[in-house]
Amino acid sequence: MGDWKTITVPVLSSDSKTTLQYTSEKRLSSPGMNSQVLRLPLPSSKSTHSFFGAFCTEENIEQSISYLNRELTTLGFPSIYAESKGKELNLISIINCMNELLTLQHKNLRAQEEIEMQHLKLGSDMDHLQNCYAKLKEQMELSKREIIGLQERDRQLQSKNRNLHQLLKNEKDEVQKLQNIISSRATQYNHDMKRKEREYNKLKERLHQLVMNKKDKKIAMEVLNYVGRADGKRGAWRTDKTEARNEEEMYKVLLSDYEQRQKQLLVENAELKKVLQQMKKEIISLLPPQKQKPRERSEDGPVLSDPEEDIGELNKENMWELSCETVREQLTNSIRKQWRMLKNHVEKLDNQVSRVHSGPLNEKDVISREDHELETEKLELEIQQCKEMIKTQQQLLQQQLMSPCDDDTTLLLQDCYLLEERERLQEEWRLFREQKKNFEKERRSFTEAAIRLGLERKAFEEDRGAWLKQQFLSMSTDYKHSENVTTPSAFLGSSDQDNRLTKSTSQQRKAPCISNGPVSPEPWQTAPYMTRNSPASKEPAGDSKPSQWVESGKEETK
Amino acid sequence: ASCVQYRLVVRDASTLQILQLYTCLDQIQYMEWSSDSLFILCAMYKRGVVQVWSLEQPDWHCKIDEGSAGLVASCWSPDGRHILNTTEFHLRITVWSLCTKSVSYIKYPKACQQGIAFTKDGRYMAVAERRDCKDFISIFVCSDWQLLRHFDTETQDLFGIEWAPNGCVLAAWDTCLEYKILLYSLDGRLLSAYRAYEWSLGIKSAAWSPSSQFLAIGSYDEKVRILNHVTWKKIAEFEHPATIASTKTIVYKEVEKSPSVETERLSFPPTRTLASSLFSTQSKYDISQVPVSLHCVKPVADRANPKMGIGMLAFSPDNCFLATRNDNIPNAVWIWDIQKLKLFVVLEQLCAIQSFQWDPRQPRLAVCTGNSKVYLWSPAGCVSVQVPVEGDFQIVSLSWHSSGDSMVLLSKDNFCVCYLEREEV
Repeated sequence: MGDWKTITVPVLSSDSKTTLQYTSEKRLSSPGMNSQVLRLPLPSSKSTHSFFGAFCTEENIEQSISYLNRELTTLGFPSIYAESKGKELNLISIINCMNELLTLQHKNLRAQEEIEMQHLKLGSDMDHLQNCYAKLKEQMELSKREIIGLQERDRQLQSKNRNLHQLLKNEKDEVQKLQNIISSRATQYNHDMKRKEREYNKLKERLHQLVMNKKDKKIAMEVLNYVGRADGKRGAWRTDKTEARNEEEMYKVLLSDYEQRQKQLLVENAELKKVLQQMKKEIISLLPPQKQKPRERSEDGPVLSDPEEDIGELNKENMWELSCETVREQLTNSIRKQWRMLKNHVEKLDNQVSRVHSGPLNEKDVISREDHELETEKLELEIQQCKEMIKTQQQLLQQQLMSPCDDDTTLLLQDCYLLEERERLQEEWRLFREQKKNFEKERRSFTEAAIRLGLERKAFEEDRGAWLKQQFLSMSTDYKHSENVTTPSAFLGSSDQDNRLTKSTSQQRKAPCISNGPVSPEPWQTAPYMTRNSPASKEPAGDSKPSQWVESGKEETK
Repeated sequence: ASCVQYRLVVRDASTLQILQLYTCLDQIQYMEWSSDSLFILCAMYKRGVVQVWSLEQPDWHCKIDEGSAGLVASCWSPDGRHILNTTEFHLRITVWSLCTKSVSYIKYPKACQQGIAFTKDGRYMAVAERRDCKDFISIFVCSDWQLLRHFDTETQDLFGIEWAPNGCVLAAWDTCLEYKILLYSLDGRLLSAYRAYEWSLGIKSAAWSPSSQFLAIGSYDEKVRILNHVTWKKIAEFEHPATIASTKTIVYKEVEKSPSVETERLSFPPTRTLASSLFSTQSKYDISQVPVSLHCVKPVADRANPKMGIGMLAFSPDNCFLATRNDNIPNAVWIWDIQKLKLFVVLEQLCAIQSFQWDPRQPRLAVCTGNSKVYLWSPAGCVSVQVPVEGDFQIVSLSWHSSGDSMVLLSKDNFCVCYLEREEV
């Protein structure tokens, strides 16, 4: 290919001279030049006519045009000449070519920019990578050093471990040795002891012989009199029979002890078996019914039938009373199975509970959660309602309390209500007190009346008695007195008075509490006056006697 | 009954009135009541004479003279009519009968701490024997002293034997150099052997529970192991550490209360009550907060019979509690709840504990520590009681009355009887 001649375009910047130099240099050294990355300046402005002058002057227009044409054609642009071979320039094609060149120039500039950008990026990447590389190298160095250190430590510890093992072994050997020494010494001592003991026994035998031989009369027992046996029986001779009896008794004692123990153990056993049975039943009841959850118990399927059968058998036949091996084993095995199932069940429940706290779940859990949520919603609603109710009530109460503050009248009204009530109460109190007073008065008057009545009665009785006496006496002396005239009147009067008296007393008696109280003593009081007024009348008639007696009695007392 | 030098004084238990006074030949070393409380034997070891007195007939007398055979120990048989004398050097045991004046001999008795054991019902007697460097146990019928069983034991050096309260099992344990306890049934069969560990010092004390359900073994390693009567295997192991950390145990600590003496009231010469209160300090119990560390005594390492391990063991009569004393921590009584198999209460005293004994009727423990106070503990609480006596009264041992209403407190020269009030229900 042809050389890439540097086609420089005049620069906009001020250092056009340098570019000129640059271009001229480039032109001179054309063959040695290959693709060099240049800073292609931007297209020119109008101030570079001089530059254009360097390439194409007045003299070599033709040459330069033909040169340009050649270059352009080699570049693939259409020729700038007109179709004919003449030297007429095709303006259109020239302009097109220029345009093309300009666009090419633009593209190249862009490409250059991009390349420069990439270059920068790559440069920074390179820096970064170099830094990373340096750091990693450092780290690697560090870790290598650490590893070496740890290895060293490991080696030291291992050696220590080995030392300690060695020490331990030594100690163990020593201990063993010492034990051997001890045992050998022990046997030696035993042997010596036995020898000494034998000597000692010999001495003892000798002594014993001597003692027995002397037949000291001193060795004796002096008893004042024989003492009876504790249980009152006589001493028996030692014979074979007694020996046999002793043996029998001994065995009896042993046997009774064993029997007692066996009874205790049986009782304990029976209790424990009962407890186990109960436990088993309870465990079975605790476990959920297994047939409803086949997926959980699929593995235990074949096992299921056995425990149920066992349960049935064991419960029906009252096997706990027997105590043979197989029954015992069955019982314990069945309990173990049930217990295992219960444990599994509990574990599964625990897992489920833990899963509830975390996330997605089983059907069962979803249901339960939903239930939970529903319930919680319900409860919350209820709470809300209650709160609202409370609030409204509070408001109402507030209103109730607060509203009177605005109106004085309502306050007064309230007060009035209260006042009214208070006054009513007071009225009632007053009435009550009055009534109480009245009652007191009446009671007092009644008591007084009663006292007076009593007194008057007494007086009356006395009067009567005196009068009768008088009458009697007078009857015997002045029989001819015309007292009958006066007496009937007196009698009448007295009888009237008497009647009135009785009436009054009866009145008094009947109605002590009525407020006619103060009225009653009056006729009663007047009566004695009347009796007093009436002369000491004597009456021969028998009927009137008692009354007159009374009257006279009363008179006298009065 | 009490003996002073060579006199035997018999008093009434409730009034302490002197009922009888007997004079013996020599200083009395040992005295024992017969089981029916009709006779008292007084043994004078130096003279080799045993004198028996009767309470019913003060004139009745009996003297048993061992002569040159010497006398080392003497005791009654459970029927109250035979006296077993152990001659010197444990040559033989002579059984003297008071009813028939007959004599029986038991040869080769073993010279150990508990060589003779009677069953609770008094029917059988087990005697430990040793012939030709081998240990044997003979079981005799007490009614006619016939030999019932005679068997050897697999022990190195039998140290003690004890019957279970039900009379059917006999526990025999080995010397402290070997931890081994053997359980024999009444007819001589070996029921079980228990061995907790080798080489270390072994069993120091053992006690049966009143129901014969448990056998508590106290050993030198400060632990109590409880065996049960069904399998004769260990069901519990109680440790006695010096620090109590569990919050469920109650620790009662004895604390001295300094008496407040008003200086104005001091008179000269000081009155009796004042003097006694000045010199004897009151003490009361305080509940200490857990964790509590107890005062520990390090035993001397190169002496025999070191003061370590469980030296005292006692079950309460209702089978609910076990009281123990760890000789390493001599000031504390440990009370274990047997129903729960846990430590229940620890009583920490100011002085070393001399002895303790359970009330035979209720779960009440009386403790004495060598000062003039007696300490009582029951599940309701504990109390420290000052013995109201002038001067010093150092209680060395105590003994309950069988009815649980009173107890005897013994010091070196004196004794006093403490009466406990019974609560009106």
